[in-house]
Amino acid sequence: MSAAYVTKSPWVVHYDGSSCNGCDIEVLACLTPMYDVERFGIINCGNPKHADVFLVTGSVNEQNKGIVKQIYDQMPEPKVVVAVGICACSGGIFKDCYNVMGGVDQVIPVDAYVPGCAARPEAIIDAVVKGLGVLQAKRDAMVNAASEAPVEIAEEAVTEEKKTPAVPPIFTMAEIKVNTMDHLKK
Amino acid sequence: MAKRTIVPFGPQHPVLPEPIHLDLVLEDETVVEAIPSIGYIHRGLEKLCEIKDFEQMVYVVERICGICSFGHGWGACASMEGALGVEIPERAEYLRTILHELGRVHSHLLWLGLMADGFGFESLFNHCWRIRETVLDLFEKNTGGRVVFSICKPGGMRKDISNENLQEMVTVLNGLKAEIKEVTDTFIDDASVKNRMTGVGVLTKEEAMELCAVGPTVRGSGVRQDIRLTGDHGVYKELGFEPCVEEAGDCMARTVVRIREIFQSIELIEKAVAQIPDGPVDVKVPKKVDGEFAIRLEQPRGEAFYYAKGQGTKFLKRMRVRTPTNINIPALVKMLAGADLADVPILVLTIDPCISCTER
Repeated sequence: MSAAYVTKSPWVVHYDGSSCNGCDIEVLACLTPMYDVERFGIINCGNPKHADVFLVTGSVNEQNKGIVKQIYDQMPEPKVVVAVGICACSGGIFKDCYNVMGGVDQVIPVDAYVPGCAARPEAIIDAVVKGLGVLQAKRDAMVNAASEAPVEIAEEAVTEEKKTPAVPPIFTMAEIKVNTMDHLKK
Repeated sequence: MAKRTIVPFGPQHPVLPEPIHLDLVLEDETVVEAIPSIGYIHRGLEKLCEIKDFEQMVYVVERICGICSFGHGWGACASMEGALGVEIPERAEYLRTILHELGRVHSHLLWLGLMADGFGFESLFNHCWRIRETVLDLFEKNTGGRVVFSICKPGGMRKDISNENLQEMVTVLNGLKAEIKEVTDTFIDDASVKNRMTGVGVLTKEEAMELCAVGPTVRGSGVRQDIRLTGDHGVYKELGFEPCVEEAGDCMARTVVRIREIFQSIELIEKAVAQIPDGPVDVKVPKKVDGEFAIRLEQPRGEAFYYAKGQGTKFLKRMRVRTPTNINIPALVKMLAGADLADVPILVLTIDPCISCTER
């Protein structure tokens, strides 16, 4: 883990969209002694208002999309969303189910995608570390916008940030879609 | 009469990794009534059998739940084998039993950890999950996966596990026994744990039978009910299986049932490894399914039911799964009525809820 990112210990909030539990228990496994991210001060807190990183497992559907959106809106800025597992990325094996809308990015903007069924703890940790870089970039943008006062500059900074994220996602959405389609064809 | 208030519990709640929503009707601090509502993780995967052929359907059914995924894979394969009319080799049946029991060890350790987290014993939670990682390593070594294994296929096993690896599994599990005992003794003997669990959420034998509870929930209330006794699946008859039953019916009794089942599963694995015959692990199966078949399986959470019906093509006409948590929810609602608000998290956890199983 690059120490440069960890200027503050990020807190994590986790929500299970419509995952099969597999990715959820791997998220919890990250916190327990084998992988133990708690030693870096990363805590799984239940309160969205305390959290910097939002881990979503599973895809979204009509019933839970409001809840995902609500948790995202409650989190303070700057915030980072990590889609854990192939279901959260694109719908995965359940893509064709009638009650699955697709990946989490249909509802909220996602900063890092973790493929895998189930996503391995190493991959989840890697994504959170990548997410920390995005978090830092967003924080810098906010600080710059606040210190340079004029409103136009602030808006510019924010839009630029949205266009080019400082740290690109681990996998782009296009790559994941290609991989998923190959898997389905087989 | 005290004023009634309704407190929403979930779907996003610190104690639950999964979304379930309860409307708790309170009078002061006492729960008068609990109204559960589900549907946050419904995917509708049974309908996928229309576009995925029966061999692909095994992968889908396995992903009903990431905790008891081996059992779901087994249930799907067994129901399809029945519909296809094939008998699987004895070695495959033994291997399935061994892996299923290993899954029970991992599932119960996971549950013990969540329960400890539920009553605020953070270090106990971490110890349970630390031990569980060793079991997951065994899974990874023998099947290639930590969570979803995909080692069952209609007609047997996708791959054999060598006798040396099985022996090593027994050695590792026997080595784990002392560590597990240290943790489980804390559950049984520690005064703070006793305070939270003894006499809380009592479900009498009559209530448990009336509400059709299954699994450790019903066995904790003194009912000798276990699908492994029927001998429908696996080699439990050959292994001389006898279920663990506790009489008290409270949270502690259900915990003790699960603790005893961990050690029992390790013993069953040891016996199965000693008896396992050599031979092939799979047979060829027809490419088209006709006929129908239903089978019941004892999952870590209780009885699960699998039904497959063919229509003379490679696609199934119907794949039906009924899972244990669904059946245990009436028992949970019964336990919640009259409980303190502070006890609600551990009462919800005590039936070992698996919401993704429930909603599929």
